[in-house]
Amino acid sequence: MALNAQRRNLGRSAVFAMMASLTAFALPQVAHAEYADVVINNYADAAGMRPVVFPHWFHRVRFRCKVCHADLGFQFKAGGNKINMAKIIDGQFCGACHNGEIAWSVENCGMCHSGIPGTPTHFHGSTVQRLIAPTYKALEKPADKK
Amino acid sequence: MSYKAHARWLTALVTMLIAVPAWSSEVQQPAQPAAAVWSSFTDQGSVFAAISESEVIRLADVSSANVFNQNLKKHESNLAPPEDGIHDSNNEATFALQPPKVAFKGLPETTFGNQVDWVKSIDQKALAPRWDRVNPDEEPFVLDMDIVRPVKASMPDVVFPHRQHTEWLACSNCHPAIFIPQKGANQISMSAILLGEKCGVCHGKVSFPIETKTCKKCHSKPKPDDWKPPLSSATTNNPWK
Ligand code: HEC
Ligand code: HEC
Ligand code: HEC
Ligand code: HEC
Ligand code: HEC
Ligand code: HEC
Repeated sequence: MALNAQRRNLGRSAVFAMMASLTAFALPQVAHAEYADVVINNYADAAGMRPVVFPHWFHRVRFRCKVCHADLGFQFKAGGNKINMAKIIDGQFCGACHNGEIAWSVENCGMCHSGIPGTPTHFHGSTVQRLIAPTYKALEKPADKK
Repeated sequence: MSYKAHARWLTALVTMLIAVPAWSSEVQQPAQPAAAVWSSFTDQGSVFAAISESEVIRLADVSSANVFNQNLKKHESNLAPPEDGIHDSNNEATFALQPPKVAFKGLPETTFGNQVDWVKSIDQKALAPRWDRVNPDEEPFVLDMDIVRPVKASMPDVVFPHRQHTEWLACSNCHPAIFIPQKGANQISMSAILLGEKCGVCHGKVSFPIETKTCKKCHSKPKPDDWKPPLSSATTNNPWK
């Protein structure tokens, strides 16, 4: 009984120590990405694809915000547009440009699906994230997908 | 027993957290104190020894005495995608992506956000992003109207410039969802902005971030010479004055 309790305690502290050292070493890496990069990962991970990394800086060199956020209807919310491949192939969202006319087309999967697997949807470098949630928690995978 | 066990891992946690900033220091010190802390764990079982012993000892065996500013993080900016920590370097296409430094060459610089002054880039015509998806000749509808927002505290007043915003955005991006188009009709506060509302919908995410170096971009109009801090109601209504 007493032995059991001790084991459980030990296990718990091991998990804590592990978490502490993990966050300590994982964080500096994450913090280097370009300001305003968006990771979009509502469905990709679960479907076995790498998460999508959308580079704002790259696109704003070519287009003003109005093109995407007024004309194409992108809401100001990371992960809030429920983008999927059917919509893209149909010419919505990314597909309005990534159609082989304005920009290269959808067969270049790896260009968009380039994130480290398991990276949750987030807005890189955001002030809110720095103030409130400095560490990104990985999303739990659904039990049936393990 | 449980108190003792808890106290032990708490000490370990605290030791690690305190020691982290010192990890990168050049100054190497003898490993004595760390070993002492460490052995108090390892004697409890092999679990601890298994979690990367070398890493933890590296954390703890460096003196932090010569670290000048231990919590000020310096990190390189504009890293190429394979090194930036969110792109997967096992993905071939990651190496085909453009590094930010290549794209930003020749644009006016800043020391925050993307390290690019996006407003000057357009003003100096170093950059000509399209206003329309397909037609490169379409011009934005620029509205040159400043809105001054007096600030209750001693910070300089805020000037909201429509010109720089309408170079990039349509009126409908802000009106009416984020701001009612009427001077003074919107309650704006710094805490709302830091939480990502009002100006913070864009600033702190895509447009310039909110940090010490950028306060003056928004708080740009000095207070009048005769400005005095407002008195609180506790002072003005004080019956024993
Ligand atoms: C222009 C960028 C882009 C390209 C190219 C692209 N995708 Fe996607 N894809 C996205 C975005 C954005 C999402 C939404 C991500 C999310 O929310 O998880 C997505 C989601 C997905 C999903 C999960 C949702 C769904 O629709 O089933 C799969 C699977 C997927 N992509 C496969 C592919 C494959 C395979 C290719 C290459 C043939 C490809 N993608 C190319 C942008 C792209
Ligand atoms: C090429 C298209 C494109 C352009 C141009 C663009 N954006 Fe975005 N923006 C996006 C996409 C895609 C997202 C992520 C939406 C999602 O995940 O569903 C996004 C998200 C955002 C968000 C949401 C942040 C949050 O709270 O999660 C903001 C704010 C934003 N953009 C501002 C801007 C500003 C300001 C500009 C102009 C300087 C701009 N965007 C230019 C495509 C674009
Ligand atoms: C308004 C048009 C437009 C929209 C919408 C758009 N893109 Fe792009 N994108 C472009 C153009 C133009 C390029 C440059 C193509 C080239 O270099 O040939 C590009 C390039 C890219 C690149 C490659 C960047 C590099 O380093 O070379 C990625 C990744 C990308 N887009 C992802 C996305 C994703 C993900 C979405 C949707 C969330 C999206 N784009 C929506 C126009 C658009
Ligand atoms: C980036 C966001 C943003 C954009 C884009 C924007 N505005 Fe505004 N606008 C504001 C803010 C903030 C105020 C001040 C509201 C306040 O003081 O409460 C304002 C105020 C106004 C007012 C009221 C002025 C007064 O004296 O009462 C008008 C009219 C207006 N805007 C028109 C426009 C038009 C027309 C456009 C497009 C050409 C536009 N705005 C684009 C943010 C914006
Ligand atoms: C819809 C997005 C959006 C909102 C909301 C917004 N801004 Fe901006 N703002 C921008 C963009 C885009 C720029 C261009 C510069 C950049 O991206 O860093 C800009 C530039 C500015 C500049 C000019 C900086 C310069 O170098 O001249 C000031 C000042 C400013 N914003 C203040 C404000 C204030 C104050 C508010 C709230 C009342 C506000 N902004 C709300 C998007 C926004
Ligand atoms: C994006 C523009 C912007 C930036 C950047 C900004 N502020 Fe503000 N600030 C505002 C606005 C808008 C208000 C509200 C003014 C009003 O009362 O209408 C405000 C209000 C304040 C107030 C008064 C208290 C309150 O919440 O109303 C203080 C203090 C303040 N800011 C400090 C700062 C400091 C310190 C920084 C730099 C870290 C900073 N601000 C950066 C826009 C900005």
